Amino acid sequence: MKRVSLMVMSLIFLAVIHLSVFFAGFFSPYDYAAQDRELPYCPPTSIHWVNKEGRPLWHPFVYRWVERAGGQRYQEDQRTPYSIHALTRGAKYTVGGMVTWDRHLFGVDPPARVFLMGSDGYGRDLFSRLLFGGQISLFAGLVATLFTLTFGVILGILAGFYGGWPDAIIMRCVELFLALPWLYLLLALRGLLPLHTSPAQAFLLFIIVIGLVGWARPARLIRGVVLSAKERKHLLAARSFGASDLYLVRCHILPEIRGLLLTQAALLIPQYVLAEVTLSFLGLGVGEPVPSWGGILATLQQYHVLISKWWMFSPGLILIPVILSYGVLSNSLQENRSQVGRWIE
Amino acid sequence: MKVPISMWLLALLLAGSLSSAGFASAKGSTNPQGGGLVPDNQPSAYSGHLVVALRSEPKTLNPVIASDISSREVIGQMTADLIHINRYTQLSESALAKSWKVSSDERRYTLELRHGLRFSDGAPLDADDVVFSFRVYLDEKVNAPQRDSLLVGETPITVRKVDTNTVTFALARPYASAERLFDSVAILPRHLLERAYSEGKLLQAWTLNTPPDRIAGLGPFRFKEYVPGQRLILERNPYYWKQDRSGNRLPYSAEITFLFAGNEDAEVLRFEAGETDIMNRISAANYFVLQQERASRGLQLYDLGPDLEYNFLLFNLNSTLPAGAGEIRRKQQWFNDVRFRQAISSAIDREGMNRIVYHGRGAPIWTHVSPGNRLWFDSSARRPARSLSHSRDLLKAAGFSWRENDGTLIDHRGVPVEFSIITSSSSNERTEMATIIQQDLSELGIRLQVVPLEFHSLLDRVLETHDYEAAVMGLDGGDVDPNSQMNVWLSSGDDHLWNPAEAHPATGWEAEIDRLMRQQMSTSAPRDRKRLYDRVQEIEIEEVPVVFLVSPNLLVGAKDQLRNFKPAILDSHTLWNSEQLFIQDRTGAVR
Repeated sequence: MKRVSLMVMSLIFLAVIHLSVFFAGFFSPYDYAAQDRELPYCPPTSIHWVNKEGRPLWHPFVYRWVERAGGQRYQEDQRTPYSIHALTRGAKYTVGGMVTWDRHLFGVDPPARVFLMGSDGYGRDLFSRLLFGGQISLFAGLVATLFTLTFGVILGILAGFYGGWPDAIIMRCVELFLALPWLYLLLALRGLLPLHTSPAQAFLLFIIVIGLVGWARPARLIRGVVLSAKERKHLLAARSFGASDLYLVRCHILPEIRGLLLTQAALLIPQYVLAEVTLSFLGLGVGEPVPSWGGILATLQQYHVLISKWWMFSPGLILIPVILSYGVLSNSLQENRSQVGRWIE
Repeated sequence: MKVPISMWLLALLLAGSLSSAGFASAKGSTNPQGGGLVPDNQPSAYSGHLVVALRSEPKTLNPVIASDISSREVIGQMTADLIHINRYTQLSESALAKSWKVSSDERRYTLELRHGLRFSDGAPLDADDVVFSFRVYLDEKVNAPQRDSLLVGETPITVRKVDTNTVTFALARPYASAERLFDSVAILPRHLLERAYSEGKLLQAWTLNTPPDRIAGLGPFRFKEYVPGQRLILERNPYYWKQDRSGNRLPYSAEITFLFAGNEDAEVLRFEAGETDIMNRISAANYFVLQQERASRGLQLYDLGPDLEYNFLLFNLNSTLPAGAGEIRRKQQWFNDVRFRQAISSAIDREGMNRIVYHGRGAPIWTHVSPGNRLWFDSSARRPARSLSHSRDLLKAAGFSWRENDGTLIDHRGVPVEFSIITSSSSNERTEMATIIQQDLSELGIRLQVVPLEFHSLLDRVLETHDYEAAVMGLDGGDVDPNSQMNVWLSSGDDHLWNPAEAHPATGWEAEIDRLMRQQMSTSAPRDRKRLYDRVQEIEIEEVPVVFLVSPNLLVGAKDQLRNFKPAILDSHTLWNSEQLFIQDRTGAVR
């Protein structure tokens, strides 16, 4: 019961994160690429309720950051408070690539800025970049997992169901793919791509390649389940009544592997989210100005950012609960695989 | 005179570059004391040692093949040249040559060597060593990096021994400030290297594993020990020829240890921790970090103002393109239009770039001569301020327009204006510049893709295959003298980046630059040379062959216990007077 409640909490957390990221344009106050060159590496904006005279106000407000004595150090200019407004108009954005809108959940009037999580080296709002960056990072996890499981299912079922030479060939391929150094493969691939390939296209290609390369492990697991399932009596009975291979796979094999697929998905998604971070670290990420969690974290490779811009760690702080939640989900699914199967049915 | 661009770029990537200059085109000079400033401080004993970090391990100790900055830094401490450019005054001064005379036709230089000079192994130096050294450097088979810099008008200089202490150099044609050619050309010991040279094994000589007694030079230090992956130690050369005012033989320090840090951040950590005494070429971001620690760690930081390095956006204007480069050829119709280049230049926020990339410790530039080159900088040239409306006017005049639905810039055929910018993935600064340009040009409706590439791949595309659309790059100014730029600015130059090695100047303004650069090279009057070079800078602003961006300030640091430290804008910025440096604590004890 305790495990189930933990799973529900994880599911709720993941749902909130995914929804926030899906509606990034609405929740973020600024466009992810908008630069304010007066405010590079600006710390998070403080939200105030009490003005400098000590009088509480009914609405939250911020002060404008101004540079203090050069060298990217800032202080609040407390002469003028700037109210935080709800549903303000701002930069245009699209939701799901279909609906275009310009309303944002909150914002302040210029020249003030509300940087909830500070700004990056170009003076771009880190909170907005985190939300938009999540679209890339979480999308990378989902797409790569989809490719991995699709190929894993097809090849695992072929190997397990038919056995013989298809099984031998597929299993040798599995061994080959498990030994493949995929990072070098991606580096070579980037070198071959034409320059005018947009960073987003190149990144999508990398994700698909990672997904395709990763099919081997789930395929081996699925093959094992199929091998045991195909000897079950109800399946043998169905075959003796003349059921086709396609029917047997659809009605008897696939239901057997559904729980396994869910568990594998919960394992693979965080792995691929982390793969995005690795790719960005190696300069194979989505590319400027499009943000990704890995891309933001990559700036921590610079010593001065690492030691003095603590707010640049924020993608890591989000990644940790996301990975943990997927981990809890995966464990719970594994322990309650039969129950999950029943839920699905 | 040619300096290979790959060498400059490599040097720039890792740190600094070559020499310096000024208006001092002396008809003859003598300086019996030998170069350098008179030391402000003198130690009580020769017992101290200096510790300096290198970002990468040196590859060789052989001056004939060294092209990486770490090798050159170490070799620079072990060798000496005939005439030297004082990094502080930027003027030529005598070094191994006590004096030199220039013939009336300015094509013959006669150098007299100091008497009694000895290599660090005790062997005497004479004119035969000088002749041997130049024979080696000018040998095409050896392919020494110095060879290009010893060509005057594509013809190598010739050297002849007059007597044991006198040599004569002949130039194919008059060359302004020709004595500067001798700077950084290390004189080699014939007794140690002639055999290897005659056997064709010179390039294998003087590796890091060569026994110290088989290596000798005329610099203040000599090779003592090399520990792979950790350090290289040089010890005091007991035969070094320079003395201080009191007659004490230099150098003051007994040893210099070079630690191999790996990268700048590791170097900062070691400097902060007090493991090293000097830090060269600090990035603006790390300078800011060190500033916080300065007082508590006993460090001195120096901002020497704009460096000679210049960064720029380069368009591919090459007439020869790789097969299947139709896309690039189509985009060249935009790039070849001066109004397009002017519009791009006018749209770029150089001040903002300086602020973001260099924390304000840099200078916006519109020509290749940075304000740091005080002698040759044309301060009166008009420098257009950023203006998006001016950019739009220029683009309209060039036949461009904007799509109504999304504001995308389109050319007269309706094709959206978009192109890619390649840059070095190992340079955060240049990637940041490209990202800022991307944002600035998006305000004109231009879409850019920034593609960071591995450095050698970038060089290959720009210099060899020409398979690129635009690039953000940086070059070190080399020497402050205009002659060091000949191979970049002559249309026939291999390093004429936007269209290398043109058979004939492709445009009228390139022909004009060719004429001006050649004329200044053979003009001896400094004022006339300056006037000609100013005109070159004006043409750069008018025609925008490349879009110049920002020059960074040169930032260095040292322990406050380091004495006689006089960092200079010219390479080697911090160790140019290493013979005078020593560490002395507050009690006066030498470390």
